[in-house]
Amino acid sequence: MTARAATRQAWVEQIMGMPISIHLRGAADEPARAAAVEAVYDELREVDRVFSTYREDSDIRALDRGEVTVPHCDPSVREVLDLCERARVLTDGYFDIWLPGPDGAVHLDPSGLVKGWAAERAGRRLAELAEDDHYLNAGGDIALRCAGPDAPPWRIGVEHPDRAGALLGVLPLSGGGIATSGTAHRGAHIVDPVAGRAVTDVRAVTVVGPSLLWADVYATAACARGVDGFEWLAAQDAYESLVMLTDGSTRMTPGMRELLQPAP
Amino acid sequence: MRRITFAVVSTIAAIVLLFSYRTSRVPVETTAATAGGAQAGVVTGQQQAKPPAGASPDPTASAPPQGGQQASKDVTVNGNAVQTEQGPVQVQVKISGGKIVDVTAIQRPSGDQRHDEISAFSIPKLRAQALAAQSAQIDGVSGATATSGGYKQSLQSALDAANFR
Repeated sequence: MTARAATRQAWVEQIMGMPISIHLRGAADEPARAAAVEAVYDELREVDRVFSTYREDSDIRALDRGEVTVPHCDPSVREVLDLCERARVLTDGYFDIWLPGPDGAVHLDPSGLVKGWAAERAGRRLAELAEDDHYLNAGGDIALRCAGPDAPPWRIGVEHPDRAGALLGVLPLSGGGIATSGTAHRGAHIVDPVAGRAVTDVRAVTVVGPSLLWADVYATAACARGVDGFEWLAAQDAYESLVMLTDGSTRMTPGMRELLQPAP
Repeated sequence: MRRITFAVVSTIAAIVLLFSYRTSRVPVETTAATAGGAQAGVVTGQQQAKPPAGASPDPTASAPPQGGQQASKDVTVNGNAVQTEQGPVQVQVKISGGKIVDVTAIQRPSGDQRHDEISAFSIPKLRAQALAAQSAQIDGVSGATATSGGYKQSLQSALDAANFR
């Protein structure tokens, strides 16, 4: 066991309806780690307070009900909505934050971007622990970094959408983010905003790249595109992807094929 | 430090929250159930179960790190009882020779057909994934939100937190 492994720690909290775990390894001292981790969780709880679509007292719910306008919201709302608009344009409208709710009406729901945005921002805070590698997993979407050139990469499994306990493969990663979107197990929960129907062609899309936020947006948008999603993803510079269709076939970009190791 | 959570015990609480499905707009209750179920913490083994004095099984409470140098002993750990949309859920993990050997539910939603179906589906899956994640020697799993990926990543956190790997 190396010195690095000996100074590894992990934390988990349930925020925004999902377990968010933080893993640190390296030479940073424990008080510095504890302070950084606590600051990250505080920030994530604040994100939940502002952006939750489940909390009627959130800024986003108030905005959706038309009770306030953006300038009256937390400043992060403007930042996120601007990013959402950029995402909508970059994905030809396949990423959209105006989604039909259970009541049939269209509601403001930026959660598809907020998670990646918040996790990536949290990762930047963890990177201030200059001597530590970090890995932050927000319900299956992961921001990570290795501090030095000798640090071993983090090994991230890609979940098989249909087989319990099986992985599609393992990705050794040293920076950036990885996100998976899919229709696994709970029936279709991604809506194609262009056609206005639930996505049924795609089981799961995994995207790896320099930014978790954009990996996540691309994965969501590719899912919504259905069978054409892979071609669109493959055209995105600096991002590698893996798509599994409902017939069980998989498609990978060349970079992904190179990166993905078979699961042990 | 109260809200910073270290140990296996607390991690397992996060796993069971995945019983709650995010398709609903109903707020997910994440408060721990204090009635019924077993006391959270290490229940057997060489390690002493020392939940903070008078602590309720609060998933956000700080718990002493478990495992570490003593990871080679046989240990049974109860997760916190967690209130979900479907009812209280509590899991138990058995660790032997530094490895998770079993994951079972000691409290789970039941009483109607839908709950029974969810439990029947989730618990074997949780167990299978815990064992698979361990054998794959991975740091984490990327998967779609609120599906099985969460189970695995939470369990992996438990392994990491306890230095079982």
